[in-house]
Parts: sequence; structure tokens; C-alpha cells
Amino acid sequence: MAVIRDMMPAFELFQPTSVDEALDVLERHDNTWVLAGGLDSMDWFKDRIKRPDVVVELGSVSELTGIRASGDGLEIGAMTSLRDVAASEEVRSRFGILAQAAAEVATPQIRNQGTLGGNLIQDTRCWYYRGGWPCYRAGGNICYAGTPRSMNREHAVTGQSRCVAVNGADTAGALVALGAQMMVRNPGGERVYEAEDFFVGPEIDIQRMTVLEPGDLLTHVRIPGDWAGARFYWEKVRDRKSWDWALASVAAAIVESNGMIERARIAVNGVAPTPVRLTDVEDLIQGMPANDDTGMAAGELATRGFKPLRHNDYKVPLARNLVRRAVRGDAA
Amino acid sequence: MSDAEITTETPTGHSRRTFIKGVIATGAVVSSSSHLFRARSLSASAAVRASMPRMISLDVNGVSRSVDVMPQETLAMTLRYKLGLTGTKLGCDRAECGACTVLIDGVSHYACSMLTNAVRDRSVTTIEGLESADGTLHPVQQAVIDEGGFQCAFCAPGFIMSMVALTNENPEPTREETAEALSGNLCRCGDYNKILNSAMRAAEYARRMV
Repeated sequence: MAVIRDMMPAFELFQPTSVDEALDVLERHDNTWVLAGGLDSMDWFKDRIKRPDVVVELGSVSELTGIRASGDGLEIGAMTSLRDVAASEEVRSRFGILAQAAAEVATPQIRNQGTLGGNLIQDTRCWYYRGGWPCYRAGGNICYAGTPRSMNREHAVTGQSRCVAVNGADTAGALVALGAQMMVRNPGGERVYEAEDFFVGPEIDIQRMTVLEPGDLLTHVRIPGDWAGARFYWEKVRDRKSWDWALASVAAAIVESNGMIERARIAVNGVAPTPVRLTDVEDLIQGMPANDDTGMAAGELATRGFKPLRHNDYKVPLARNLVRRAVRGDAA
Repeated sequence: MSDAEITTETPTGHSRRTFIKGVIATGAVVSSSSHLFRARSLSASAAVRASMPRMISLDVNGVSRSVDVMPQETLAMTLRYKLGLTGTKLGCDRAECGACTVLIDGVSHYACSMLTNAVRDRSVTTIEGLESADGTLHPVQQAVIDEGGFQCAFCAPGFIMSMVALTNENPEPTREETAEALSGNLCRCGDYNKILNSAMRAAEYARRMV
């Protein structure tokens, strides 16, 4: 009999069939872990860095899957696969930027299994942290990525605190640009967060990426109709054309009339510990023509105050040019 | 020993010796016996019990197979080390290389990164399940042979499963679409051109069969 080489440490597995059951299990146990597609989770388990006693697998909770109309917008279950989000006719025709972002996550197999919710709440990719180093985010008292000799080419150029890791969720920027809302359930009831408030930086809580606390479930993402059919721009820059996370990405929804920008929502990701909504830029370009001059001004403003680390100063012009392209309206 | 009997209870009517013999890996006994005791103490109170049956039925290549799985066991582990379906390879075991690609309900997945318990009610297809009962190769397999698609071929089962998923979904893929569809598989020999040739030929064979 062959030798089993790399079995994860044991945990107790629950497979609830409803959100209520899932919340019940989470409330009754300590050291729990919610498993969606499992693509982020299993790395942690296999590397023995996160060792939950109880894993709650949500694949059987049918109410968390699917895309349906909600008011003048859409409601997408957190367990809907990225493949289904990218292929959905409603998403593609009205909120195309989300379909584009979902379609550029990782690889086909990962999109087939990975979920929208899992993509949004994935942990950061800082390799010191993921390698099990006892950094601030891991509960220690040092940041290994922020020192002069650190390998920090992929890290943050703005919004750094004691942690300089970036948010790696491709769909996060798109949902911020669409003004989406995240619906979170716990035994106390349901709370709704604006997408841009859902993500928390290290200055608020260095050990979390989102507002979710143990016992909370992200159940649905609601996209209002406000930006349906706007001019969208999505661009993700990465080292490899497949599998990779973004070095930087931009997501923009812009409504124009007669060539002038009426209103806009723009987010960049991969540059900070959270997706960054560019409210200053949105205000600046309102009423201006959608051309390269406006784009240049927008790019300059977007990156003002960026503080690169030792190896990632390239991200400043990268973000500047992405915003410039988004505003002037390149064909994506 | 019927499958239904063995849930969280130690089987009755069998000696402990035969029970242990029935469990394939020693590790399974150690880790899952602690699981048994914990699950039993919970069962009275919790609305949902962690009462995954130890023996589960898996639909693999159209055959229902009974297998003893641990809660933390991945599908790749079950296929290779419990069911003997070693055509599914483990390369990275981290959802990166694609060597473990199998089809779940016709859709490609990394078997290394999903729990076996999560596919209990779904149909799993591995490379062993592609040829038909009379031994005729799947058009994708035939195309790979005709094109001499791989060098060392460790990655071949994963690539072939991705090609099968592609030909099912897109009967007339362009070379670019093919590259995109196979972008979740890696070949360290760097045989990508021959692999793409194989995939294009596979699509052609599949079209002819329809």
C-alpha cells in the first residue's frame, strides 16, 4: 500500500445544509474554520500553519449559491463559483466588470471550484506571513516584509501600517466600483456593509482582511442597479498570464454624457492592504471630458502620497497608468 | 459489512481486529478514532452532527465505490491511495500544477484541493474512466497519441482531463481559447506546442464523432 505523503492534520468536518445550521455549528465550537472552495484554506492546513479543530464546509448550503434579481440589481450567493459569475448572462450584460474580474482569477480549475465569497475574503499572499513567520499579522511583533532587505516587490505602496501586505482579491475592486453591498449573517442577525467598508486594513485590525469575525458568514453580495451598463474598465497586471494574483488592478465604472464624465467610481487593488476607492479622483473628473488629459490628472492624483518600499516602486507608475487608461476609456 | 452500519459507531458483530484490518491506512485509525469519540459526545446536542459516515459511496467513472475516508482527506488521496486510481497524479498538492485534474459532474477540478466528503453526491471522472468499455480510446486520448503530445507525460492525465472538459464545452475552440482552457496545467518539459496541437486535434476528432 502506498504511503500517504501529505495528509492534513485531522479536524472534525461539518457539512450543514442551511445557513442557520452553519451558524449553529460555528457558535457551538471553538477554533472553527469556514471552508468554501478550499483553495486558500487547504494551503494553510497542509502547511500546518492554521490548525482548526472544526471545519464547516458550505458546499451543501444551496441558499448560498446562485445569481438572482434583487430590486434593480443582482444578488449573488457567496458560494457561487467564479466560473458561474463570469459566465452569467445577467452579470456580463449589466455588470460586465465583475464578470471580467472573475474570469481573470487564477486558472480554469480554480474558477470552477473557487467561490465569489472565498475570493473576496481570501487571506493575503505575503509570503513571510504565508510561510508561517511570526509577523504582526500572525500575532507576532515584527513585519518581515517592511525591512530594508525584505523581498517586497509584491507588497503595498500605500495604506501600509505595521503590515505591508496587499489584498489579492480580483473581484473586490470590481465590487467596490459597482457600489456593491456585502451581507453578513451571525446568530445575532444580518448586517449589511458597503463593499469598501467590508475590507479592513491593519490599522484597524492587523489579523483580519475583512470585517468578518469568527462566527460570521458572508452570505450574499448585492449589486445595486446604479452602475448597470456604465462604461466599465477592468485591467489586471500580473507576472504570469494565468494563475497569478494582480501586481495591481483597476476597476472603474464611468457614466458619460456627450463625452463628459457625469459620475464615476474607481477602485485600485494590489497596492494596499485593502482595495482602495479613489474618491478624490472621482470628484476631480466629474464634469471633465473623458480624454487623456483627464486620465493623466486622475492618475497623478490617484498615486499622490504613495510610499513605495525597497522593491516595489514600479507599482506607482503602474497604478498611475492603469487609472489613466480607465479614465480616458481605452478599450479594455 | 454493510456501508450503512458504520457511521460514528464502532461496528458491532465484528471483532476489533477485522475492523482494523478493514481500514486501509494506519493513520486513518488513529486520527479518526479521536474523531469518533468527539462526534459521539456532540451528537446529543448539536443540530448538525459531524457524523460523516466513515464509509461513503463515491461515484467514480460511473461505478459506485465504497471507500473509507477521513474528514480531512482530499479527493486525490482517496483516488490514488484508497481506490488505486493512480492515473490522477499529485504534483504540487497545492492547486498549482494541475496534474491532479479530474472532472466533477463534467467540470474540471483540482482533486488535491477538495475534500472527498464534498463530492459524495457528485460524479467523478478520472483518466481511467475515459476509454469506453470495449477499450476504444476517448478522442482526446487518441489525439494525444497521434500528435505525440507529451515528453515525460507526468502531467498528461491532468492535461487530458482539461482537454476533455474543453471539448465538451467548446466543440470548436481556437488555439487561443485552447491555451486559456489549459492554462491551469503546467508541463515542466515545456511541451506546450505539442500539447496544444493535441488539443486542437482532439477537438477535431470529437467533432467528427458527434
